[in-house]
Amino acid sequence: MTLRLLLPLIALLALAGAARADEPLRLTISGANEGAVPVAVVPFAHEGAGLPPSVDLAQVIAADFNRSGQIRSLPRGDVVEFPVRESDVRFATWRLLRQDYLVIGRVADAPGGGFRIEYEAFDVARQERILAGALNGREAELRGVAHQIADLVYEKIFGVRGAFFTRIAYVTARGVAPSIEYALMVADSDGHGPQLVVRSREPLMSPAWSPDGRRLAYVSFERGNSAIYIQELATGSREVVSASPGINGAPAFSPDGSRLALSLSRTGNPEIHVLDLASRQTTQLTRHWAIDTEPQWLPDGRSIVFTSDRAGKPQIYQVPATGGEPTRLTGQGDYNARVSVAYDGQRFAMVQGAGNVYRIAVLDRTRGGGGRYDLVSPGRMDESPSFAPNASMLIYAAREGGRGVLYSVSADGRVRQRLVLADGDVREPAWSPYRQR
Amino acid sequence: MNVAIRISLAALLAFGLVACKKKTVRDEVEPPVDTTPPVAQTTPAGDDWSDPSALDRIPCLRQRVVYFDFDQANVRSEAQEILSCHARYLSNRSMARVTLEGHADERGSREYNLGLGERRGNAARDALTVAGASSGQLTVVSYGEERPTCTMSDESCWQQNRRVEIVYTVR
Repeated sequence: MTLRLLLPLIALLALAGAARADEPLRLTISGANEGAVPVAVVPFAHEGAGLPPSVDLAQVIAADFNRSGQIRSLPRGDVVEFPVRESDVRFATWRLLRQDYLVIGRVADAPGGGFRIEYEAFDVARQERILAGALNGREAELRGVAHQIADLVYEKIFGVRGAFFTRIAYVTARGVAPSIEYALMVADSDGHGPQLVVRSREPLMSPAWSPDGRRLAYVSFERGNSAIYIQELATGSREVVSASPGINGAPAFSPDGSRLALSLSRTGNPEIHVLDLASRQTTQLTRHWAIDTEPQWLPDGRSIVFTSDRAGKPQIYQVPATGGEPTRLTGQGDYNARVSVAYDGQRFAMVQGAGNVYRIAVLDRTRGGGGRYDLVSPGRMDESPSFAPNASMLIYAAREGGRGVLYSVSADGRVRQRLVLADGDVREPAWSPYRQR
Repeated sequence: MNVAIRISLAALLAFGLVACKKKTVRDEVEPPVDTTPPVAQTTPAGDDWSDPSALDRIPCLRQRVVYFDFDQANVRSEAQEILSCHARYLSNRSMARVTLEGHADERGSREYNLGLGERRGNAARDALTVAGASSGQLTVVSYGEERPTCTMSDESCWQQNRRVEIVYTVR
């Protein structure tokens, strides 16, 4: 083959490689939810003078709704009318289509560049408008605008703030030992717009969001041993906050952001400590020969729950943030670890192990006696659950075909979607707090 | 300020000299290249347990990985033999330094497995010191399940990953 023929081929191959690396986490619905609220999202009309945006806002909103498991959006092919504003809406049509709610909108030019997105939502049965507003955004911000509209509609329907306009942090690994490349990434909650936070040839672990969503704490082995870093997402500047001899692991910001719970083994075995970020003073909370790790704060900031194998196998315990005698939280299951606490402080997601099968279980303490456990994942090697800030969904890691993938699942476990990178191993997802609007 | 400088400063401020002592950065599992001068070759061969060439020559010293049972950190008998062999070398060569890298299989949570890897590293360290090595020669680093040598979800693979690697940082 001549060089003239080869060159375009090489260019094409390079492009294909690049496209694969940039591909966002892909979503696959693996369940249906008949109990979900039916909502029609009509494609937003373009009324601007310039080019229409490349983002299909209605499609982003509908996908958010479907992923939640609580809303079922009308398939695009079944949308038979295209109202642009309130005066266009014929409620009889949407009632016939058995839709409870209707979302419409339009895209105009914003003064000074970008787009102005006007949106309205209607209660079909009551034939009244329940929401109307406008948001401005440039092309690159339009997916975020769509997520914010989805959040507002969700809040009107359920009375709870939506969590679509949020992000996830996760760790990827490519290659096999001894040349594995690790990366800490951040993407939108639907997997779009992945961005690199830090890359390393040594392991990266345990990303944890600050309550303001501006910083990530994580574990990195780049110094030759585990150390905990805090990194500012906007600037990339970072600092080491813990590098004691032994394990420096499992960072978790306190609800007010002033302290970091972590697991340190400098006393000989892993113990829960609290690091005051201003004074850099650490307080040791647990004193036991067991492995004490994976601390998480309760929302009031006064207690910490953590994993300990002090009774033989890992279980979840609770201890006051000022220290004291830990009490056991989990009464069911051989193996309970890596807890994530819902905003209400009453629901706890964890890895529950039985034999060689590890699944995500949610303990609801409001329901009877010691609370009730529901398994929300069907895999064999599921781990690292993380609640959305409104606890309507969870994200967790699973293994499929020898590699890690991420799933989002509705809190009742009925609707799951897979988020998967084109290649490599994805693990340790952490759902961000709410973003400032 | 330059990010690298900021990190270094923070580390130095927070941990002083400890940070310097701990700073043995490694990129691969292979032991680092022997930096001892060629003079060492003039020492007699044979059964010399204080010569770095023993690490390549004596069969039990060439074994640098010991394996563990699921969720356990007790040293098995075959591992005990390997560790005793290394302890003999370490006691004969006080300048030698070893990092014991503890690993776990994928089952169970990652941070718990970091603790489990450290337990295994500590168990190997204790076996070495009981058999004559000095604790000052030994450093334990746990990688938990983060550096698997094998990524399939079955027992033969899990067994390969439940291990402590004996890495000579100074031979």
